[in-house]
Amino acid sequence: MAVPPLDEFAPPEASAATESNGDGTVDGKSQRRDKASAAERKSLLCSPHPYPGRLVAVEGIDGSGKSTQLTLLERWLRSRGYPVRFTEWNSSRLVRESLRRGKRKNLLTPTTFSLLHAVDFADRLTYNILPPLKAGMIVLSDRYAYTAFARDVARGVHPEWVRKVYSFALRPDLTFYFRVPIKVSLERLLSGRAKLKYHEAGMDLGLSNDPAESFEVFQARVLEIYDQLTVEFGLRTIDATGEILDQQRVVRRMMREILRDYDRERAKGNHVAAAKETW
Amino acid sequence: MIANERRGIMSPPLKRRGKAWYGHGLPYLTEKPLPGHLIAIEGTDGVGRSTQIQLLRPWLEVEGYAVSKTGWVRSPLLHETINQAKAGHQLTVTTFSLFYAADFADRLEHEILPALQAGFIVIADRYMYTAFARNTAMGADPAWTRDLFGMALVPDLVLHLDIDVETLIPRVVQNKGMNHWESGMHLSLGTDLFDSFVRYQGRLIEEYRRLAHEFNFITVDARRSIDEVQNDLRRHILDYLSTHGALRPEESSTSGEQETGVIQPLGDSK
Repeated sequence: MAVPPLDEFAPPEASAATESNGDGTVDGKSQRRDKASAAERKSLLCSPHPYPGRLVAVEGIDGSGKSTQLTLLERWLRSRGYPVRFTEWNSSRLVRESLRRGKRKNLLTPTTFSLLHAVDFADRLTYNILPPLKAGMIVLSDRYAYTAFARDVARGVHPEWVRKVYSFALRPDLTFYFRVPIKVSLERLLSGRAKLKYHEAGMDLGLSNDPAESFEVFQARVLEIYDQLTVEFGLRTIDATGEILDQQRVVRRMMREILRDYDRERAKGNHVAAAKETW
Repeated sequence: MIANERRGIMSPPLKRRGKAWYGHGLPYLTEKPLPGHLIAIEGTDGVGRSTQIQLLRPWLEVEGYAVSKTGWVRSPLLHETINQAKAGHQLTVTTFSLFYAADFADRLEHEILPALQAGFIVIADRYMYTAFARNTAMGADPAWTRDLFGMALVPDLVLHLDIDVETLIPRVVQNKGMNHWESGMHLSLGTDLFDSFVRYQGRLIEEYRRLAHEFNFITVDARRSIDEVQNDLRRHILDYLSTHGALRPEESSTSGEQETGVIQPLGDSK
């Protein structure tokens, strides 16, 4: 039974014609979200943010070395006198208890896992990311919404749904993606600590009883999605198998590119004016 | 006169037994038959939902139906966190909305779907429409709120308890009194609790009426006595059950074959 798509946001008079199936019944399908109207509502991730600060994010699978690189970048920026704020995935107090309980008792499903991380992100966006950006600071973010797009989709949630969930996220000015083969990340993780974490290894998906094996299968999915995301969102890929120093050189070179405009605006005092405009 | 009452009663009962996701659903779940029935009771704070549900449940059980109840913000995973966050007043419109969705998803997967698979009648004290109404009143993007609930299952029947603010006020004051949240004090509508309650609940009632029209709720005039409202609800539930091959055990012995509601992954079609 073909039901024409119903635009829920059309006035009732306009949608009345498509609401019934002719026999007076209402099809459950008619309550579905209308694809066309959903696509028209652009996510904030699709256009540059209007704030005078700069937002820089790092992405990559566990053990890719992204946090090390971000720390080195932060040191460099601070040493040069830049006002820097740092924020990290899954660090908000708001959902800490729920996530801990959920993980311990294995209560989390892919959907609640995703939504709780979205709460964490939304909370940090409000309190840790937006104010410094509006004040003209440089915000460094260890993982960003792309982490959710990769991990949650690897867990099985719908890619379109999770993008809509995060449609309030700002587009970073620069996002590094640290690309590393699974074998390398696994070695790094296991040399640093004795055990892989349950969710990091995707053990919740029941892929394998062996954590290392499960990690490989799960992270292979994540890796594949990240590769697609680099195209979709223009992430800057860094070969994370290289020397730390070499990687940092590339990172700082790309950072300099976005600092050029930022420096110019600051020199003119424009960032204050720009900040006032967005307040 | 309650505007939507007539419209609600006139709206024909759903004939389909096949259940549908509101949006993309839960793609990682394997498709299983859902022979149960999902009945949502909607309506604003203090309208009498819990009282009515307390009466519906034993009645349905006497009739022979297994009943499971699920309540808004009652998920084991989240209700403590949400209460704490509300107490600390640190929520934004966005985190509030996401919490509602997470609580809902948790109950959907751990309570509602298993009960429907087992053939229960699930009575939901509030459903996603409450999030639609409240988030809109809070100023969240209505389209975004609806997107969040793309994982939801569309209920088989939505019974909407409609009331006006004038009737609601004395009920709430006599029962538990006006509280911070139900008065919408978090929306800064004013410093006076009573005034804020009137404005906030007025908005919510309007919002529920709009949703009733959009989603074909069956609207029941909840200004009347508990018994009158209960009788109406029972009549609508019986109507629904009898048109969906779910007659009471004594009456259904003759009908052998029953179509089971298999979830169709509607959201995935291009």
